Amino acid sequence: MHGWIGTILRVNLADGSIKKEALDRELAKKYIGARGLGSRILINEIDPKIDALSADNKLIFAAGPLSGTNAPSAAHYNVVTKGPLGGTIAASSSGGVFGPMLKYAGYDLIIIEGKAKKPVYLWINDAAVEIRDAAGIWGKAVPETTEAIRAATDEEASVACIGPAGERMVLFASIMNECNRAAGRTGVGAVMGSKNLKAVAVRGTGAVRVADAKAFREAMLKATDMIKKHPVGGGGLRMYGTDVLINILNESGGLPTRNFREGVFATADKVGGESLTKNILTRPRGCFSCIISCGRATRITNPKYAGFGEGPEYETAWSFGPDCGVDDLDAVTKAHYLCNEYGMDAISMGTTIACAMDLFENGIITTKDTGGIALNFGNAEAVVEMTRLTGAGEGFGKKLALGSYRLAESYGHAEYSMTAKKQDMPAYDPRAVQGIGLNYATSNRGGCHVRGYMTAVEILGNPIKMDNLTTEGKAQWTIIFQNLTAALDSSGMCLFTTFGIGGDELAALVSTATGVPYSTEEFMKAGERIWNMERLFNMKAGLAAKDDTLPPRMLNDPLPAGPCKGEVSKLSQMLPEYYTLRGWDKDGVPTKEKKAELGL
Amino acid sequence: MTKMLMIYPDRCTGCQNCALSCSFHHDGEFRPHTSRIKVFSWEMEGFSMPTACQQCEDAPCVAVCPTAAMYAEPVASRVAWDEAKCIGCRMCTMACPFGAVVYETQKRRIVKCDLCDGDPQCVPSCPTAALEYVDETDAARARKRAMATGFKKTFEEVK
Repeated sequence: MHGWIGTILRVNLADGSIKKEALDRELAKKYIGARGLGSRILINEIDPKIDALSADNKLIFAAGPLSGTNAPSAAHYNVVTKGPLGGTIAASSSGGVFGPMLKYAGYDLIIIEGKAKKPVYLWINDAAVEIRDAAGIWGKAVPETTEAIRAATDEEASVACIGPAGERMVLFASIMNECNRAAGRTGVGAVMGSKNLKAVAVRGTGAVRVADAKAFREAMLKATDMIKKHPVGGGGLRMYGTDVLINILNESGGLPTRNFREGVFATADKVGGESLTKNILTRPRGCFSCIISCGRATRITNPKYAGFGEGPEYETAWSFGPDCGVDDLDAVTKAHYLCNEYGMDAISMGTTIACAMDLFENGIITTKDTGGIALNFGNAEAVVEMTRLTGAGEGFGKKLALGSYRLAESYGHAEYSMTAKKQDMPAYDPRAVQGIGLNYATSNRGGCHVRGYMTAVEILGNPIKMDNLTTEGKAQWTIIFQNLTAALDSSGMCLFTTFGIGGDELAALVSTATGVPYSTEEFMKAGERIWNMERLFNMKAGLAAKDDTLPPRMLNDPLPAGPCKGEVSKLSQMLPEYYTLRGWDKDGVPTKEKKAELGL
Repeated sequence: MTKMLMIYPDRCTGCQNCALSCSFHHDGEFRPHTSRIKVFSWEMEGFSMPTACQQCEDAPCVAVCPTAAMYAEPVASRVAWDEAKCIGCRMCTMACPFGAVVYETQKRRIVKCDLCDGDPQCVPSCPTAALEYVDETDAARARKRAMATGFKKTFEEVK
């Protein structure tokens, strides 16, 4: 095959069986790869009602048809499973080199079933696949695990692993590859831990072939040029990393501050991209085949937090920073490093601490709960210590490991959790960026910006500029972004390429790589199909229209200051229109006609 | 005027676009494993270093080749080889101090940088100009300028 490899690897950890199966090309055409194809296979094989951390759940590592080619920034793979944090379908994307390496080894995706009796890791060396004992590395942090597995296998192996947080099933544990790249959200690391699977290491020496080399090269050069010329894709992201957004969002009045109490943080610039560049940057880093290089290799010289690694990103500079009322870049960066090392989603970690700070300041929890630590907003040392406690499974960290929703709920105050479908909202306030609120509420994996990045149109003006405070046209644009992102995630491309290219260029790349002629409409239709498929899974898992909502603070409490002062989320104005435009009934259920149209 | 492939590891992001474009150009497929340029990365430190044939003037691979298959091509400032004369003995692999040449039995061929006959494809594929194909006597100019710029700054501060 072209683009796709044509082989699926199926590993059962319970009985130790390893099988290679042919990829159904018709299914691949319909669901593209990675997120779409992985989700289709998962949904075909599991009961949506299962406990995400039971042996019945499956864990799929899925690359896309463009992974391993030199399409710009096409390194992504998706980890697909039922997520433990929200009980939703969970497709978590990561870059690095793991996805391409999986294809060079000869597989489009790996399906992992069952639970191993004792800790193991999977070693894929081209055609040779074996399940190995992981007793010696269980308990190790991500960098040490990566190093130990490379020493035992091959120095060039790509290692996707969990840290101690995943082993202990922290509900927002991540899967890390190349030490610093994260399939971060939805708790995929906890599922891996529940299976006693410490790592998947892969080395591939084979090739990825494309159907029409000349046409593919032309599509690649065109897309590359468009991204390089874009002020964000070829400018801001490379220059300052994703953290470039801190000052932009703060100036817009939509930088969630102190657990979303406010939308402006007076000293935000101290943790912004410009400050990062000046104070801790070693150099920009790129995933495999990346032309954007948003990654930041950094070093903290401050003896209190001294160390090195990658990050922070915008999201983590915010979650540990303004969302906790903190402006100490060294502390924020240290907390990010700890998340990478323990293997935890650095968004949910920061926001869970922010939630705990809110509970603390409102007297709902006290130093008796926190182990003597005064969890006031602005306490940078506490942020670092709480992150460490969560990763290490000590003290109050055991409660934080449940995520903000279950934490706040356990004290009878779920309203302090800034989550949608139990997953924490990221760094764009839905009261200041109305469309992103609609996206959070309808996202198939809960609070998440990378399911439909409305900030692009509402704040950054890409590809057009919309008023961030109005609701008109937001449902339509949210749907376009959600469908486009679903198709893009399935191709193996990085979402940041949309700062430069769109459906036309993506369809051309996938078509010339696979030999399947996708028009832009067909490519977008595949995205819509994937979105509806995910929605149907969630509904069978027990979610309903009532879950398409935002925390009461977003709906009722106006932003107290800044350019968006007085605003609340107008979700109720947008949601019915969204359902209608989606072709869903008033309860948010895809209609028979819509399902038939999409071939579901 | 002869050119050389100049490598700036300090600009390298580790993306391996060079390796991808190399294998695509030579073999029509994406197979970085047999790319003639190879990138080594240290992820935690955030450091990457591309390596390729240095096209030595007094090349050990040429000296050691028993059939004179490997030969110096001074006009192009490169080390080239004649497939017809190569006996696949891999002496070049053993002699090269940079590890820049290997033999692939499956395809019965030497795998080594040939500078794409004067238009190295890795260079335009690099997003950060960590690779340059420049006149050999100008190759170090960017480094000279960086040094001079540093001096200029110091001088201005003193003044």
